[in-house]
Amino acid sequence: MYVAVKGGERAIANAHALLAEQGRGHPHLPVVDPAQVEGQFGVLVSRVMTEGSLYDPELAARALLQAQGDVLEAVTLVRSYRTTLPRFGYTCAIDTSGLAPQRRISATFKDLPGGQQLGATFDYTHRLFSAAGAATPDRRVSDGVDGEDQAMPRVADLLGAGALIEPDAHPDQDATQPGDLTREPPVFPMSRAERLQALARGDEGFLLGLAYSSQRGFGNTHPFAGEVRVGEVEVEFDAPELGFGVPLGRIEITECQMVNQFTGSAETPAQFTRGYGLAFGRSERKVMSMSIVDRALRSAEFDERVVSPVQDEEFVISHSDNVQATGFVEHLKLPHYVDFQAELMLVRRLNEEFKESRA
Amino acid sequence: MRATTTAAPATAARQKWMRTLALAEPADLAAAWQDWQPKPEVRRIRGPEIGLVMVRGRIDAGGARFNLGEATVARATVHLHGEALRSDVLGISYVLGTDLEHAELAAVFDGLLVDPDLHDRVLAEVVAPLARTQAERDERRRRDARSTRVDFFTVAREHA
Repeated sequence: MYVAVKGGERAIANAHALLAEQGRGHPHLPVVDPAQVEGQFGVLVSRVMTEGSLYDPELAARALLQAQGDVLEAVTLVRSYRTTLPRFGYTCAIDTSGLAPQRRISATFKDLPGGQQLGATFDYTHRLFSAAGAATPDRRVSDGVDGEDQAMPRVADLLGAGALIEPDAHPDQDATQPGDLTREPPVFPMSRAERLQALARGDEGFLLGLAYSSQRGFGNTHPFAGEVRVGEVEVEFDAPELGFGVPLGRIEITECQMVNQFTGSAETPAQFTRGYGLAFGRSERKVMSMSIVDRALRSAEFDERVVSPVQDEEFVISHSDNVQATGFVEHLKLPHYVDFQAELMLVRRLNEEFKESRA
Repeated sequence: MRATTTAAPATAARQKWMRTLALAEPADLAAAWQDWQPKPEVRRIRGPEIGLVMVRGRIDAGGARFNLGEATVARATVHLHGEALRSDVLGISYVLGTDLEHAELAAVFDGLLVDPDLHDRVLAEVVAPLARTQAERDERRRRDARSTRVDFFTVAREHA
């Protein structure tokens, strides 16, 4: 139990001033501009947008600066800000194959229609420091390549054509509105749509750990990265006063389709199953982890035995939100004096009783 | 499965210019408004104001919808009145981000485009140059991305 305390106003004000001073860094150095953070810490900005569950690179950059680089503080700032704004409505579902992706790779087929395109990636870098003073070398290998872009069909659709993978689309899929966890409290078991919403805003580190656990044997996934895409997609909003989809602009997203083995059952022949990951910005590790965890959580659909933490929906979803998690863990450092006094008295009494019984 | 809703020709044309106005650099839009003469009387009907839209994706890319996360949006509705206009018109805009001026100017130009007398002029003097800048940017990005095309080959003998 937490009992409120009073006092300390001056100390708190001074502590905040000290925090601001520390965050300022050396006074002779220029202050970092949010636009610089947006441009040069793009991956970090993506993480804050994804876990803050709000696409706005400018705000995420400002949050990171104010939080002095503390990702969870920045995510909390973004989440708090969103509660001050009205909700205009829902967008039409984004089409991740609509625009030519910047990056598109597959670990399952090397010669796929449209080709493999590495885009801007840390893959195949040597993970060595570059020369001093050149953290981001200003070097262009190529001036670009002219040509026509071929269509890039989804890799899963190539398998789907031969019925070797479970279908993604269902005829009546748009008949019902998907649940929205920002409007209704979570009820277990969740729909897959609600689970994906929770995973999309879930902590990258937590989901990475869970995905890793399932690969190591605490779970039952044998994943292949069917396809990873990074690129901009258009967003359309179905504005009620206009009655048609209004193009709002573009957002950058990362998508992962994980393909998993399924040996079949009495009713279903052997085929591949899917795990899906989608996130704002450049968030490759996040969507790969998300898609593995998504597949692991589908055990009920495939009559798989639930034996590992990653397959336990309530365990995974209840602990994946880092704002909730850090709030509960970090509140322990706030004054618990009354609480602790009570426990202290109890332990003293038990101790005395123990001594008396031994006397 | 495109996100674009199938639309009547007039709607499709409006969607197209709304897309260009939404994707425009706010500074370019401000410059276009600076140069625009004669300026109509602009009365704010709603906003400009900031709000949220919930961005939706599809499970496995092509399946049922799910809520991915929100995005900031600025919107505006303006009423335009002026001699150059055939009649008073309403301009509407929705633009990603929190730039209120961007939303307001997008709504003003949307209104001017709705007017039959001014439509062609706005299209030629404002929308076409913006669309050209955007197409050039897209092509630059595509050229860069194309330079990272890769042909992997397996070292082990392949089976047909």
